[in-house]
Amino acid sequence: MEKQNNQEYLTAVQAAFGADVLAHEEAFGMLNIEMTPSRIHDAIQWLQQHQDLSVNYLTNIAGVHYPEAVGREFAVVYQLHSWKNNLRLRIKGFLPKENLHIATITDLFAGANWMERETYDFFGIIFDGHPDLRRILNMDDMDYFPMRKEYVLEDATREDKDDRFFGRNNNEL
Amino acid sequence: MSQEIKDILQAADPANVATINFGPTHPSTHGIFQNILKVDGEKIISSEQTVGYIHRAFEKLAERRPYNQITPITDRLNYCSSPINNIGWEMTVEKLIGVDIPKRVQYMRVIIMELARIADHLICNSVIGVDAGALTSFFYPFSEREKIYELYEEMSGARLTTNMGRIGGFERDFTPVFHQKLQSFLKTFPKAFEEFDSMLARNRIFMDRTKGAGPISAERALSYSFSGPNLRAAGVDYDVRVMSPYSSYEDFDFIIPVGVNGDTYDRFMVRQEEIRQSLRIIEQAYKNLPEGDYKADLPDFYLPAKSDVYNNMEALIYHFKIVMGETELPVGEVYHAVEGGNGELGYYLISDGGRTPYRLQFRRPCFIYYQAYPEMIKGLPISDAVLTLSSINVIAGELDA
Repeated sequence: MEKQNNQEYLTAVQAAFGADVLAHEEAFGMLNIEMTPSRIHDAIQWLQQHQDLSVNYLTNIAGVHYPEAVGREFAVVYQLHSWKNNLRLRIKGFLPKENLHIATITDLFAGANWMERETYDFFGIIFDGHPDLRRILNMDDMDYFPMRKEYVLEDATREDKDDRFFGRNNNEL
Repeated sequence: MSQEIKDILQAADPANVATINFGPTHPSTHGIFQNILKVDGEKIISSEQTVGYIHRAFEKLAERRPYNQITPITDRLNYCSSPINNIGWEMTVEKLIGVDIPKRVQYMRVIIMELARIADHLICNSVIGVDAGALTSFFYPFSEREKIYELYEEMSGARLTTNMGRIGGFERDFTPVFHQKLQSFLKTFPKAFEEFDSMLARNRIFMDRTKGAGPISAERALSYSFSGPNLRAAGVDYDVRVMSPYSSYEDFDFIIPVGVNGDTYDRFMVRQEEIRQSLRIIEQAYKNLPEGDYKADLPDFYLPAKSDVYNNMEALIYHFKIVMGETELPVGEVYHAVEGGNGELGYYLISDGGRTPYRLQFRRPCFIYYQAYPEMIKGLPISDAVLTLSSINVIAGELDA
């Protein structure tokens, strides 16, 4: 059978999930699909069980914080890999800061356990149904989520690292 | 889980169950991680891991550093094979800015990365020997690793945290001493390695100790997103060098060794064979080393020669712009993976055009597969748990980032 490409993946996901596919793009050859967060678990399960698409490997899960994007401040990015077609793709879900809940995929991939714990530890994203959602790399009594953009590193007062001079606006300054 | 292990777990009498700490600073953990074991006599009933003892917030640090200053952070992930981490990161940035790397640089990188893989696997395998009680086999490979470190030193000036290469190539070409030392290494290493191999590979005591210690099935390994030698020991032939070749790996002829049972012995044997294959790759790359420059034409990222900086206005401007991080960068998201010592080492980089990454995530193979450890040691004696830990080659730096 012919190996499937990005376009065929996109068409298949769009056909199966219709309006839940919110946006898509191809970034450096890798397919990015933004979906309704509540449907991501089902989409990954569907991709995993699909005979031709056969997305069998979870590469990693990443959290991203976009403080300026109102209503979609936090992103959860799932990078998946289909070995059959040797194709990598990203599935993204954006969450508002008031409701950082998304379903766990530990039932699909055992390895998602620590990846989700790490994302929780860094960003405070809550994976519903996770068997043991605790901090992992930071200490248990830490009372904030350190990878959020509002927590700047201690050297923020250094003039030579002032972001204003280097093409990035910083609203606090 | 086999029936035998199920019986052990079932037969455990709560009155006999003891709780012991394996780590954080236990000599055989080879790093700082804690396992709280519940044992019935010698058999492990359950275990709970604590990680993060040397967490240094690399991902946060990376958000405040220009791209060339992130390379030293990557040294400190898997410090047994830092050049692979360095070069993997450089290739990620090159993918973002879209630059053609000269063939010579690609071959030089392959040589350096395969040397790093040999050093990494040598340490891991000799440590398995130590944990099985064979100390001699630990000392033999060290003189060989020393030679690899001398080669690093020749190329970067450093031995452990190498900060090897630059975005766009290398800081220097292979020096005459490097050529001479590499040639002598290629000549002497195979014999020394086979001597090391003969001490353990068919050693009856070693085989009895390692066979069946900490097995994992291919299905479970895949579900846990295993990669690298640990996955291959379970019988799955996934290797990033073949699946998504980078740096001209498609030019070389090598095989991917796989195991059957996914136990400590298979992991040992897979790493041993990978050392032989790495050597083959180095020989091919060195024999066919193309002529050309040791760096890409990339003035925006690659520091000009010091003599030019002092005498040439343009070079001075570029020098200033690079040091101050004033280079324009494309906006976008890239993921680039290399086959690290422990498996798929990936860099997920989000650039917003600023001088530092907006977000940089490291896909650290250790962190991902170490979570399977409790499952792998269930029902085994503590001595097997020690062997399992050293054979999955958990490196604290990579685990905790």
